[in-house]
Order: sequence, then structure tokens, then C-alpha cells
Amino acid sequence: MQRDTSLAIEASGLRKSFGDTLAVNGVDLAVETGTVYGVLGPNGAGKTTTIRILATLLRPDAGTARVFGHDVVNEADAVRGIVSLTGQLASVDEDLTGRENLILLARLLGLSRAASRQRAAELLEAFGLADSAGKLVKKYSGGMRRRLDIAASIVVTPRLMFLDEPTTGLDPRSRNQVWDIIRALVAGGATILLCTQYLDEADRLADRIAVIDHGRVIAEGTPATLKASVASGSLHLRLLDPLQRPQAEQLLAAELEGVHLEPDPAALSAPCPSAGRAAQVVTRLTDAGIQVANFSLSQPSLDEVFLALTGHPAEGEPEPAGAPR
Amino acid sequence: MIEVTAASSTTPADEEAVCQALSSTARPPRPSAVSAALTFGWRGMLKVKHVPEQLLDVTVTPIMFVVMFTYLFGGAVAGSTAEYLNYLLPGILVMSVLFTTIYSGVSLNTDLTKGVVDRFRSLPIPKSAPLIGSLLGDSVRYLIAGVVIVLVGVALGFRPDAGLPGAASALGLVVAFCFGLSWVFTTLGLVLRTPSAVLNGGFMGIFPLTFMSNVFVAPETLPSLLEAFVEVNPISILATASRGLMHGIPVGTEIAISLATAAGLAAIFAPLTVRLYRSRT
Repeated sequence: MQRDTSLAIEASGLRKSFGDTLAVNGVDLAVETGTVYGVLGPNGAGKTTTIRILATLLRPDAGTARVFGHDVVNEADAVRGIVSLTGQLASVDEDLTGRENLILLARLLGLSRAASRQRAAELLEAFGLADSAGKLVKKYSGGMRRRLDIAASIVVTPRLMFLDEPTTGLDPRSRNQVWDIIRALVAGGATILLCTQYLDEADRLADRIAVIDHGRVIAEGTPATLKASVASGSLHLRLLDPLQRPQAEQLLAAELEGVHLEPDPAALSAPCPSAGRAAQVVTRLTDAGIQVANFSLSQPSLDEVFLALTGHPAEGEPEPAGAPR
Repeated sequence: MIEVTAASSTTPADEEAVCQALSSTARPPRPSAVSAALTFGWRGMLKVKHVPEQLLDVTVTPIMFVVMFTYLFGGAVAGSTAEYLNYLLPGILVMSVLFTTIYSGVSLNTDLTKGVVDRFRSLPIPKSAPLIGSLLGDSVRYLIAGVVIVLVGVALGFRPDAGLPGAASALGLVVAFCFGLSWVFTTLGLVLRTPSAVLNGGFMGIFPLTFMSNVFVAPETLPSLLEAFVEVNPISILATASRGLMHGIPVGTEIAISLATAAGLAAIFAPLTVRLYRSRT
């Protein structure tokens, strides 16, 4: 990875609490210019608070953060001049049309009237919103709103973009569209900090991932190393005859660790490192006369990552009251 | 990986176009504070354009007040409705526009619950620009409310002795006063949690102040303690100034006091509002 090695984000020891709730508890981050950095964690892990500190919307209680060398507290104005934020709540004005939203931002960023109109038209076209340019945003679908939101973030090309859960609540097709846009932005050279609850989203888009839980970074690395550290996905088996399950469990336990009996009396599962291993195990079972109705190998889920890294599942906790604003 | 791109009413984004759109715009010089504030004023106007119903509260209520008070109290207070209208209308103008200012706080409070504020706050613009801009936009609403009042009054028989220039200058004074006063309500809008709390809080303050003024009755008829209060009530002073301007009575002192009061309120509450807005998380 021979890129500009200067850091887009450099944060150390960030802390922030709201009343008694410690939302961010010593977060360190180093994000290289020109990369997508995924911040992965369940609701309430401190992702949004971290992004809000980095985007100068919140002052940290302790710790420092620099964006392209500018301190987010002392040089907040300089930071605001080079970043853009797509918040968790769609950061567009619902009472205006899509076109008006973009013109409003273009004017606020210093473009002339004519240039603002032209820029809005260009973005609406590029993001597939030209047909709905004159509709009020409150009548947009979730996917359209998100696309407008991202378009609004690049009215003037930012050096760093914050995307806070850009696909939460979207249907699969809209999610794919947003992913395509993010890939295009990366190809265009943007540096992106992407917060997400979805492992596969971080896996597909991010160059590096920080897993965050209870306000701390609990693991950091490339998606491949993270997944390797979690070791495995799971092999899920369903038998034709539930009565054969005890026998299957015994055989499986000899091959794989951590066999788990599912609520379905004919089903069982176990962590499994590879497809090849899964095939071996299934062959072994059928050789022993156990009839397998079907089997599948799943990728490690966020839950499994969390379980592996923290020993507790990634149960969603409500964000602290002050955080979402 | 197989991606299904189903046909739909919305064209999917074009990757190449997105790429190009990203790289095509250099950062222009930052807008001035004035230009940013005016842009926010434009935003306010657009909202009125898209939701014209929100002009109802600034038009229907004042019409109701004029008609109701003129015919309800006219005979009892001044002997005839026509005569009472000439006394009442400049004061009703003050009252109606004052009530409208409360909505500035309500709409700011509503705005804060929306994600777009985060984007505004992460832009390199002066923190006061969204606030000043929306109050400029609101001033247009105040003006509309005022014009409606005067027109309804004229239709009912109100005849300002100082004519159109008198009415216009009274209107200008009231709108200027309310621009200053509205900072009190934006502060309230940032301190209180819900829009309805702001609305109730605002009316709890404005309602008694308005009724314990000379808007409806001449203070000489009141018990002496109340009379003393009514005399110094800034709303009385503004109503007197408005009355004087409309009927061509010299009210230089009242105008000066009203403008000074507005400036004083703005001097205290504008910085407070900006500070609260900035630190709001």
C-alpha cells in the first residue's frame, strides 16, 4: 500500500462522558490518507460520539485528536474547512427539495448563485436524483435520502468524509447503491471514516477496521486479520432424523470445538475455520450413516466477532441521552 | 459477488459520474457572515413557500384579535367601535407581532431535533449565521402579520391620522423591536427541551405583560398600583410609540426607549443564544 503516509486522523486517549455514562473511554485512532477506515461496533459503543468529536461537534473531556494535523478543539474552524459529515440521522433538510438542499449548502460553502445551481444539477445527475430534484426530501425514500445526504457531503470536495451508519435501515438494493457510491468516492481519492454496525459492510469497504465496544477500541487491523483472529465462521447442520443428533454431536465434537445444539431438535452447529474443513466433517458424518438434510457455512457475524474479542455478545445498548444530537 | 440492480423509478447512481463529481469542485473562498446569514434567511423563506400553512398562525390569529376586541370592548371602553378601533389597532399590532416572536423559539427548538443542524454546525461558517439568518426570515413573518393587521383594521374603519407613512413607520418600529425580543425566545428555545414547553413558557411571559399594558385600555382607569406598572411596561411604551406614529402624535421618547429596550435585549440574549447553540450537544 504505497500511499501518502501522512495521517488524516490521529486521535489518542479520547474520552467523553454524558452525565454518568462514559460514552468514549480512551479511543486511539490512526487513519491514513486515501483509505477507508471502518469503525465497527454495536449501538451505544461510542461510534457516533467519536465521530462527533472528530467533526468538531463535541469537545472531548480528555485526549487529543488531529485532522490533517489540525487540532479538533483549538483549530476547529480549520478542521471544519476540510471535513464533511453525513450524520446518523440524515443530515438534510426535510422541508426543502433535494435541489434546494444542495444549493443551500453550496451557497454556505461560498459558491456563487450560478455555480451553486450548476453544482446542484451536476450532483443530482450523478447520484441518480435528477428526476426527484424538485420533490420535498420528506417524500424521498430512505435510499434516496441517503444518496442526497452523501451528495450534500461532497458539494465541495472534502479531504475527509465522516459517514455515520450510511446504510442503517436501508433495503438491500439501496444498500448496494450506497456501497457503489462509497466505492466510487474511494476511487476518486476520498479519505473516509465509516461507522457501521455491519461486519460485512466494513469488510467490503474498509481498508482497516477498529472494533469498538463500551467506548474502547478492542481490536484493530485489516478485515482479513480481524476475521482470522476470530478464526471462523460456523458450520450449520440439519439432520433428517433428530434421533441421530446425539451421535452426530459426538462425531462433530471429535472434529470441531464448541459444538452447539440448536433449538431445532434436528440442528446443530460448530465454529469451523474453512470450507474444506466443513466438507471433511460432513463427509465424515455421512460415512458414519448420519443423514444430513442440509448444511451451510456462515461468515463470522458481528456477534461472533464480539463474542470472540470480548467474551460477551454485541447486545445493542441505547445511546446515552446526549449523544445522538 | 453478485449484485442485483433491479429496475426502479429512481435511476441508480452512476459510478463514473460520482467519481467525476467528487473531483470536480475546488473549495471556494468562505462566504462572509452576512452572506451566510442571508442564505439561512432564504432557507426560512423556502420553508414558508413549501408549507404556507405556517403563515396561518401569523395571519388568522391577529385578524381574530382585531375583530373580537373591537366589537367586544369597543362600545364599553370607548363608546363606539370606530373610536375604539383607532385606539386599539396600533396596540393590537404590537400584541400580534409579539406573539409571533414566540414561534422563533419554537421553530429553533424543532430544528435542533433534526440531523441537518449537525451538518450546519460542521460547516466553516460563523456559528451565529444560522440563528441570525432564521431570525431575518422570521422578521418577514412578523412583517406579514403586521401588514395583515393594518389592512384588516382599515377594512373595519381604522383611519391612521398620519396616513400610510405613519402606519409604515409604526410597523417598522414594531418589527425592529420584535427582532430584538426574539433573541429571548431563541434562548428559551435552546434551554427548554420540547417545542411545546417553549410555546407555553413564551406565552406565560408575553400574555400577562400584554394585558397589563395600555394595549386595550388607557391606564388612567386602572388602580394606582397597576397603573404604575402599566406605565413602565415596555409593551405599553411600544404601543404608545406605535399609536403616536400612526396618528401623528410626537412620541420621540417612546421610540427611543423601545429601540433601546430591543437593543438591550439583543445585547444580552443574542450572545447567550449563540453560546448555547455552540455548546449544545
